[in-house]
Amino acid sequence: MKSKLIALPYIIWMCVFTIIPLGLVVFFALTTENNEFTLSNLTAMNDYMDVLFRSVGFAVIATIICLVVGFPVALFISRMPKIKQSTMLMIVLLPMWINFLLRTYAWMTILEENGLINRFLGLFGIGPLNLMNNSGAVILGMVYNYLPFMILPIYSVMTKINESVVEAAQDLGCSSVNVLRKITIPLSMPGITTGIISVFVPSVSTFIISRMLGGGTNDLIGDIIESQFLGNSYNPHLGSAMALVLIVLVLLIMSIFNQTSGEEAIV
Amino acid sequence: MKKALLAIILCLSVILSSCAQDASEDLAETTSSARVSDELDSSLTDVMTLDKSALSDYDYTRLKDENITLNVCNWGEYMAVEQEDYMDVNEEFEKLTGIKVNYKTFASNEELYSKIKSGGANYDVIIPSDYMISRMIEEDMLEEIDFDNIPNFEWISDDLVNPDYDPENLYSVPYTMGIVAIVYNTTMVDDEITGYKDLWNSRYSGQILMFNNPRDAFGIALTYLGYSQNTEDKDELDEAAQLLKEQKKYVQAYVMDEIFDKMEGGSAAIAPYYAGDIQTMIDDNPDLDYCIPEEGTNRFVDAFCIPKGAENKEAAEMYINFMNEVQIAYTNTDYICYTTVHDGVAALLDEETLNNELRCPDETYLSEKTEVFVNLSSDTNAYVQELWNQIKIEKSKSVWLVPTLLILAIAFTIFINVRRARKKKQDIF
Repeated sequence: MKSKLIALPYIIWMCVFTIIPLGLVVFFALTTENNEFTLSNLTAMNDYMDVLFRSVGFAVIATIICLVVGFPVALFISRMPKIKQSTMLMIVLLPMWINFLLRTYAWMTILEENGLINRFLGLFGIGPLNLMNNSGAVILGMVYNYLPFMILPIYSVMTKINESVVEAAQDLGCSSVNVLRKITIPLSMPGITTGIISVFVPSVSTFIISRMLGGGTNDLIGDIIESQFLGNSYNPHLGSAMALVLIVLVLLIMSIFNQTSGEEAIV
Repeated sequence: MKKALLAIILCLSVILSSCAQDASEDLAETTSSARVSDELDSSLTDVMTLDKSALSDYDYTRLKDENITLNVCNWGEYMAVEQEDYMDVNEEFEKLTGIKVNYKTFASNEELYSKIKSGGANYDVIIPSDYMISRMIEEDMLEEIDFDNIPNFEWISDDLVNPDYDPENLYSVPYTMGIVAIVYNTTMVDDEITGYKDLWNSRYSGQILMFNNPRDAFGIALTYLGYSQNTEDKDELDEAAQLLKEQKKYVQAYVMDEIFDKMEGGSAAIAPYYAGDIQTMIDDNPDLDYCIPEEGTNRFVDAFCIPKGAENKEAAEMYINFMNEVQIAYTNTDYICYTTVHDGVAALLDEETLNNELRCPDETYLSEKTEVFVNLSSDTNAYVQELWNQIKIEKSKSVWLVPTLLILAIAFTIFINVRRARKKKQDIF
């Protein structure tokens, strides 16, 4: 009973600022300007399906890269002596101290035709390479900005894995690959799941990364939604419909993902 | 370790770029103060201290005791407010009238529109652009202005009275105007740039930047084809869309504010943009030059308006009148670098500014070759949007793709759950 009382402020907060706005999104998505019921906003989404798929595709690729890069880093850090661990963690977190926009902006200076990389390559007579304004640059931006969200949860779960479990497996003649496969990965699954969700969700809805690094030819669903509210194509009803479709899509992907990972745990 | 190195490089580049910006700001400050000191013969061009004796004969103190707070919403960096080298025009207004000014800014016409439409904001004075003013008039969102309270309206240039967006001039008092021009990098461009046709020149493939909004992009294509920028004719719009599609293969990026870095840093050779911003770019990078498009161009006007339901209408009119005092208008013009609409200010401008076509375009060019956007019908707006989507994103290959994938996903979920349930049963037995 007491815990309910303590949670009350947040429950009120959640109702006012999460549930009601979500209801408004649904309401806007299903109405016209004159508040009449319509499905035309949702059917109009057909024109934007390619963008939606591109967004999901980019986010999946970015999440996979983050996982492939982040998992070994988390493992590596969690095996270090305690003092070194905090230093390494600080280095992982260091870029997060700089504002998100500035970090992405800095990538513009690095990747541009006259940017740092191309100027460096120019010294050897290579280039200039076309590094900006393509899908690779957008994915790079996502990976760079969201990588810490992958490393941290995996790391925090890994530090809690009891060392004796690993030792027991090794004593019984388990090779290091098998230790990883049968012990470390299954036990760090909660961290991996959290990591994947916290990278995938912001990646799929980002708009500023694609605008800054994608050069306006790699628009993602986030860009389109933003332009429906603050841009020239002002139409909050269509924007809400897009947001609704995105929410449902993300929920669906998450549920599929949760079910498969749940299955692994049973096996 | 590599990560740390990267972080350091990033930090350094951030610091370096901010240093560069500081330096260029210093430069801009010295040039502007030099310009002012050249002509101290008139106190009207003093941008630091208000000369009260030079104000027009107007009763600014009549609302002094009513304890009014005036809510003003303007574009960002679009008025001499809280600037080191300029008087704060809002503060001067407060001192003079005893009315408190609550100053807010917005970033796009649509943002302002949605703020007012949703009823979330209560402004007394707003400064939207032409097409948005006509839209707000159509939707009955603006209050008629009592021009008896704004005698300084007589200063407004005759060309700008009764504009297309407000044909009887009941709702708006022009603040500034500007044109869309072309900026190019002289070290990267060999040909003489004369107009929009150079934005379709395959020689500059991969070095052309283009507006990332449909209205401006279509405006350019339509002008290039010789049509009106406000056309509602679908064939003309289709032709413009075709032209923009052809251009896409030459375009490096579709940009708005990102253009500053790309042009100043020399990453792109040629781009269309707003004249006042081009001036800023040229001040920062002397390699850049401008061209006024020979085909004609878009002229935009931003004007003071009073939204419906404003609580302090008379104070709002007093504010608009104050902003059109010669010295105040001069200060604002000097700060924001756009073209003045105020005859009194135009007479005070120095030779250098007058010869700069970005800030003072030729009058016959303005009247014959430029066009102001008006609000399009919602059908046309939607059609332009659709064409723009086709240009930027290729159309969906198949309508059935999405439903099929959805069904597959749901089938997959069911499959997993059934399998899991079976396994559980097996475990029990």
